[in-house]
Amino acid sequence: MTTTEPTPEIAVDPNAVNLTINGRPVAARKGELIIAAADRSGDYIPRFCYHPRMSPVGMCRQCLVEVEGPRGPMMVVSCMTPVAEGQVVRTETDQVKRAQEGIIELLLANHPLDCPVCDKGGECPLQDQAFSHGPGESRFIEEKRHYEKPIAISDLVLLDRERCILCDRCTRFADEVAGDALIHFTSRGNNTQVQTFPDEPFSSYFSGNTVQICPVGALTAQPYRFKARPWDLEKTESTCTTCSVGCRITLESSRDELLRYQGVDSDPVNHGWLCDKGRFNFESVKSDARLSNPLVRDGGSLVETSWSSALATAASLITSALRAGGASRVAVLGGARGTNEDAHAWAKLATALGIDSVDAQLGDGLPADVLSYPQATIDEAARASTIILLAPDLKEELPILYLRLRDASEKKRSRILEFTAKESGLTRYAWKSVPYLPGTQPAVVATTLSDAAVAAQTAKGSVVVVVGRSNLAESDEYTMAALDAVMAANPSATVLPVLRRGNVRGALTVGLGRRDAVDILADAVNGEIDCLVLVGADPIADCPDTELARRALAAVPNIIAIDTFATASSSKATVLLPAAAFGEKDGTTTNLEGRVTRLARKVTVNGTSRPDWMVALELADILGHDLGVASVADVHADLVSSNAAFAPATRSALSAHPDGVVLERITTTNSARVVPPVAERPGFGYRLVVGRKLYDNGRNVAESPSLAPLAPGSALHMHPLDLERLGATDGASVKVSGDRTSIVMDVVADESVQRGTVWAAWAQPGANVGELIDSTKWVNDVKVETL
Amino acid sequence: MARLSEENVRLAKEIIGRYPRARSATIPLLHLAQQQDGHVTNEAMAHIGELVGATSAEVYGTASFYEMFKFEPVGKYLINICGTMSCALMGAEDLMHHAEHRLGVKLGGTTDDGMFTLERAECQAACTEAPCLQVNYRYRFRVTDADFDSLVDDLKSGRLNDEIPAHGTVARVRQHIPLDRGVGAVPPEDVTEAPAWMDGKAAL
Amino acid sequence: MNTPNSTYTYPHAPGFVAGDRPRIVTSRFEYTDSYTLQRYLATDGYAGLRAALGRPANEVHDEVKSATVLGRGGAGFPAGTKWGLTPQGVFPRYLVVNGDESEPGTYKDRLLMERDPHQLIEGCLIACYAAGLSQCFLYIRGEMALAQERVAAALNEAYAAGYVGKNILGSKFSLDIVLHWGAGAYVVGEETALIESLEGNRGMPRLKPPYFPAAIGLYGQPTIVNNVETLANLPWLMRNGAEAYTSIGTKTSPGTRMVAVSGHVKRPGVYEIINGVTTFRDLIFNEEYCGGIRNGNKLKAFVPGGGSAPWFTEDQLDVAFEGPQAGAAGSMLGSGAVMVMDETTDIPAAALTLTRFYAHESCGKCTPCREGGTWLERILSRIVDGKGTDADLAQLVEVGTSICPGDFPHASSKRLGLDAVPFPYKMNTICFVGPSAYAPINSALVLFPEEFAARVTKRTMIPVTAVGAAS
Repeated sequence: MTTTEPTPEIAVDPNAVNLTINGRPVAARKGELIIAAADRSGDYIPRFCYHPRMSPVGMCRQCLVEVEGPRGPMMVVSCMTPVAEGQVVRTETDQVKRAQEGIIELLLANHPLDCPVCDKGGECPLQDQAFSHGPGESRFIEEKRHYEKPIAISDLVLLDRERCILCDRCTRFADEVAGDALIHFTSRGNNTQVQTFPDEPFSSYFSGNTVQICPVGALTAQPYRFKARPWDLEKTESTCTTCSVGCRITLESSRDELLRYQGVDSDPVNHGWLCDKGRFNFESVKSDARLSNPLVRDGGSLVETSWSSALATAASLITSALRAGGASRVAVLGGARGTNEDAHAWAKLATALGIDSVDAQLGDGLPADVLSYPQATIDEAARASTIILLAPDLKEELPILYLRLRDASEKKRSRILEFTAKESGLTRYAWKSVPYLPGTQPAVVATTLSDAAVAAQTAKGSVVVVVGRSNLAESDEYTMAALDAVMAANPSATVLPVLRRGNVRGALTVGLGRRDAVDILADAVNGEIDCLVLVGADPIADCPDTELARRALAAVPNIIAIDTFATASSSKATVLLPAAAFGEKDGTTTNLEGRVTRLARKVTVNGTSRPDWMVALELADILGHDLGVASVADVHADLVSSNAAFAPATRSALSAHPDGVVLERITTTNSARVVPPVAERPGFGYRLVVGRKLYDNGRNVAESPSLAPLAPGSALHMHPLDLERLGATDGASVKVSGDRTSIVMDVVADESVQRGTVWAAWAQPGANVGELIDSTKWVNDVKVETL
Repeated sequence: MARLSEENVRLAKEIIGRYPRARSATIPLLHLAQQQDGHVTNEAMAHIGELVGATSAEVYGTASFYEMFKFEPVGKYLINICGTMSCALMGAEDLMHHAEHRLGVKLGGTTDDGMFTLERAECQAACTEAPCLQVNYRYRFRVTDADFDSLVDDLKSGRLNDEIPAHGTVARVRQHIPLDRGVGAVPPEDVTEAPAWMDGKAAL
Repeated sequence: MNTPNSTYTYPHAPGFVAGDRPRIVTSRFEYTDSYTLQRYLATDGYAGLRAALGRPANEVHDEVKSATVLGRGGAGFPAGTKWGLTPQGVFPRYLVVNGDESEPGTYKDRLLMERDPHQLIEGCLIACYAAGLSQCFLYIRGEMALAQERVAAALNEAYAAGYVGKNILGSKFSLDIVLHWGAGAYVVGEETALIESLEGNRGMPRLKPPYFPAAIGLYGQPTIVNNVETLANLPWLMRNGAEAYTSIGTKTSPGTRMVAVSGHVKRPGVYEIINGVTTFRDLIFNEEYCGGIRNGNKLKAFVPGGGSAPWFTEDQLDVAFEGPQAGAAGSMLGSGAVMVMDETTDIPAAALTLTRFYAHESCGKCTPCREGGTWLERILSRIVDGKGTDADLAQLVEVGTSICPGDFPHASSKRLGLDAVPFPYKMNTICFVGPSAYAPINSALVLFPEEFAARVTKRTMIPVTAVGAAS
């Protein structure tokens, strides 16, 4: 008799693998490496070349373990051997110990014993594992290898080849992770060494990572060399707010001085990597140019005063503006560089005072409603089958996001469809890179997406649109219209907005984006603003239309500025209050995908500086408004309870999830946009494209002595054929004219620039391209003449 | 002393065209550069990087791995005397000493007139004809001291010019695939199907 | 046919010694124009290809499989079986011909490329046809200028005559054979390093597993790497069939193989010998081959299978060219190279020539080989120079054990009353280069301990004693 009863099925996970390590059962996943499984089971296997974020190479041989095979135990490298069902692994047998001791002895054979003067001493995997897994003595009595030590392989990194154990971590990182294969093994055998090509330095934006992952002291970073011993460093985990990617880092200090940031492996965000700007700009926190005491204008100059007096003056300026013409005469710009709590306190104050002229951006971002499109996370973007870029050059603005998307393309998970006015760092990894002339992108996007091959690609799976301000010299409406064109063609697409300031998403979410800064500045020019509060904002440096910002600030009778430095804008203030910097204050931040993480205070504030939130509370107090909060914890609790988006980001949730908690996604229907006209050429020869370089003359870089020299400087980039047509040579000075004025710039031949356009970097030492930008125009065209 | 000449770029492109990936042509192109200049210059390596889609550091990393590529000028004639077991058993060390004496340079050195560079080489695959040497990769077998002396004389006098080209040229015959006969290299990602002849039937 | 026991040498093929035996791969060596298409066609050239193309590819593959054509590169793995290891349905697949012959003592591939390049080309065509390989790369050692010229010229002739390229012999079989050449690096003879080199990289071996070329090879695609001599067997096999092939030699080692015998023998040379049955005694002492040791000297030791192989002495002379036999005796047949040392040989110094070779040729990728090889060389140099101590002898073994854990294979010795430790060794390295640096040292130390003892100074450790004892 046959039974019709189905065989009871036990739910078997096809990816589950059971093995034993040192006699204890371990559950692992198919494809997992023995070394990773052993890490989870607490059976540490020593290693040098293995790094979980890079492909294994099995070179150092330190991770040899015994695996039971058909012909008895076999020695295998655990970093390249995947787990298998029923596998029996032993990591502590005599044979394994003999092998591990042997490898350590061989690695030490040519390694200098200069640990006492080595930066790595005390946190050195070679040193540590020589103690834990080494033979305890060396029998190598021959002469060791000698090389010139150390050699600078870039402006930031030095290489001591005598210490190098040739683990291929730095070179693999450069090639595989960063895509900058500028360091490489050279020579062969016992003479193998890591080298750059002669006169081609390792000028990668990610070079500092090689120092962090070097398992010996072969690679050292100029900003940290000889500054501290590892055992003197105190460490706290935090989040980098240099840009809005929000990489997790440790803040490391000694004697109340920040000395180093190290990347922390946050799976949803940075995978342990940092860009060099984020890694090394701790130098700016301890800059001598920091403001340390409140300043109030007395006659023509700013004079130091007490906080109580400065706050009283500030409050009186606000009060008199309110009395003279109501809340519309007061405006607040900024709040995107601080914490969520800073932003929330200022938003509460603005609300209490009825101020509507509030913007955390300075006309250099996108309309705040970009956040109300269906949202994507970084992980979702890096897993999408199609990534559509309507973005600035991510390598320059959001370097770690660039790494994540590059990885998605290199590992064949995603295809990148890029729309850009100038070739970007991701162009070479793009499946298709579609150039457009600024002002035509909505049409170009619509046409491209209707192409059969493109449509077939986007239909394959998920589509994430990475959208940001790609050109400061055109209206942001083009980008938004292009985004709408994508959404029309792919209604299920999601959006990853890439606004760049550290906490711009937090600031906009708490309500610091009520009016466009450009409109507020225009009001100021018209004499309609009596008091302007700059919360860590520098409109003269950051607003694309420099003349607008300059005229606006000149027209406002009173400016209250809260800043870490005296900037072009804050130095025009009536009251200038010193702000606590990153690393000096607690709180939370929100990254570009809406991920809230904790920030930590590691050092005491410079002088009498105070965090922005505290200034808001104190001003509220003087102005007679009780905001109902008294501490940063209160502000956070108030934010979580009063703002639905922040509801998941409770204190306990943040403690439980160091990688952060993603904001509640609130998607609203978008109001019908003004469809921008297709821009016509008004007679000037070249359409202006303005983007950013990683290193600029912003305070972060300019006040970090190691980074400041890396800013490339102002220049006008033209296609070589246009340059030829112009009759100018590379490096010559040319006159560049807009409607309003002309500036002189050096010209650079650059094939990545489209013909008919010119490209310049924003905020560079030298000529300011902002002089050529008129933000009332849809696009800006310029005339270029030889001198 | 520089980038590849126009003629060599043409050759380089022909060579690159035979491979499914351009990077595979790196070593042949380095030989081309060495043939052009006698050694491999930095400019040539950078140029090769452009041609095959690699950084200069990657090209240098590859080039410096291999014994035959020289990054400094060497003599017109590179004399490699084998010192591995079979040759050593048959007196290679003595031959090396004689050669050093005859040329007045140590192993690894180049004569002042730039004619000769003398090197110790590892096994050259002529072990039964020991001791052996190569001059610009042309063999001399069962070399006696007297043989060595006459070899040096012949090279100096130009009597061997037809047989032995100046350092840099290895093979003087190149492969050329006629356009109408070649199948052509296809990137591996563009091939997914079994070749046409794998249909279970005889090809002829 | 020549008279028995006669041997012939040809001035145009220096090193090669013909004899009265079946010649599968060297049959054209006596012709001065053996490398031309004209001579090739006049001597059954491309008849094997025509025979192969007249049958379905899988049948050709089966024929090669049933002939058990052992790989001649060193590992001795049957070619037909190797071709079958590619994963089903994954294309393209490539053939990479390993002509980077550089194992100390070995040369046969060079002769095959110089003297009979069309035979190799024909072999490549048959292999690609049988295994569905869509492009062939013929990698020739960089230093072999003449081989490169002869193969290039032969390829140019073969393309022009329709034997290579599109629609070969008018059939649906199309194949490009690309001549590639190296630039001097022994390790590139290792198949995964060969692939790295062919991809334009440093020739550093990849770890197997997972990088078995048959699964993940050139450009990550299934790739067959075959030795020159292996492929050179295929035209004869296709013309004469597997039965004829297996009727030569033994069942497990059929056919012939080329062996280079060098060192202190009367007539060093490259011989095509009958596989499986010929013994080392035949080869070294028989008049048909080397005719004994030079000057009537005594045999001291010999390397039976290229510089990487543990050494044999007179005790192993009756071992035949049969892989398992050699393995059980403590060594391997490797690449067909025998290096003979007579009684005058300075054993430590001879070992040093090999250890120096492998230390020099280490790619530098893995620690034991990069650091250990050089360390071994430096210790052994010191000993050879008479400056070593007994601690150095112990240290050689310690470093060797860090490269190869456990007992290292060696031959038995009646003189010393030693039993053999069979092949293979275990290794902590990625490839065999590191172990090869230790192999000659271990053989020399085990089989000739007295030669080292006589070379070193005793440095006896004085035991630490207590000042006094309690009882």
